[in-house]
Amino acid sequence: MTESLNDPVDHLACTELVELVTAFLEGDLDPATERRVVDHISLCDGCELYVDQVRQTTDVLAGLSGGAPLSPADRDRLLAAFRDSSA
Amino acid sequence: MPPSELPPDDQLAGLLLAGDEAAFAQVVDAWSPGMVRLARVYVSTEDSAAEVVQEAWLAVVRGIATFAGRSSLRTWVYRIVANTAQRRGGREARSVPASSLGAGDGGGDAQGPTVDPARFAPPGHPHAGHWQRPPSPWPEQALLAAEVRAQVAAAVAGLPARQRVVITLRDVHGYDSDEVCSILEISAANQRVLLHRARAAVRSCLERYLADGEEAS
Ligand SMILES: [Zn+2]
Repeated sequence: MTESLNDPVDHLACTELVELVTAFLEGDLDPATERRVVDHISLCDGCELYVDQVRQTTDVLAGLSGGAPLSPADRDRLLAAFRDSSA
Repeated sequence: MPPSELPPDDQLAGLLLAGDEAAFAQVVDAWSPGMVRLARVYVSTEDSAAEVVQEAWLAVVRGIATFAGRSSLRTWVYRIVANTAQRRGGREARSVPASSLGAGDGGGDAQGPTVDPARFAPPGHPHAGHWQRPPSPWPEQALLAAEVRAQVAAAVAGLPARQRVVITLRDVHGYDSDEVCSILEISAANQRVLLHRARAAVRSCLERYLADGEEAS
């Protein structure tokens, strides 16, 4: 398809941008698409906020880490098994 | 104990092979909480997850001599956890079919747009494809609240299995995409699709939760 003079830039729709967010954040986009995404975000408040909220979501997810440590009994059994195996 | 205090991988594997119990105790303490969380993705109870981790560590102890260093030690251990948990999960109601994690890039949970199309101007509209109902900013303080973390945890728990395990490894545990592909034995493209859908779904839950909070106050 050829581009008309009135439409020199191949604009992304917001519907397309929201599907590229992860690839964009992962740095997996080809340079041309990455530029279109950056250009779009710089002009579109909705998409800028959307990308930001995906980042905020990953921040909250990172705060979930931790998890339960082993019970002392389980830990002792493992250390004993390790001792036996290398004896 | 933060993993950063652990000796580098090649050294660590050597210490374990040599039967260094202090080094073994150190990795057990550093990695077990994350292993429990990973196991919990596949099995239905905390007890079950703890048993999986126990079983996986015993397999590590038995198999350390076979660790070939092709992946990082942590990745190797996590893969053992994933496989062990998957086998056990297969015997439980909340099963992740063994084939589902490695299966193609599609699957029932990887179709369609990740944002409700009603949020955008419809085709034929002068602004077709642009936000009609853009996101509203979130109050920064709210994101620090314990209830928000609980909401996000619940949103993750409600995801399809393949998305749940990928977002848990990537965003909760902080693994990079190569490690996750290696642990789950999936392609980079598959990993990214699953991560994308999972993040979009969790963001959307968070948005709904924060919007309800506004209306309620
Ligand atoms: Zn936009």
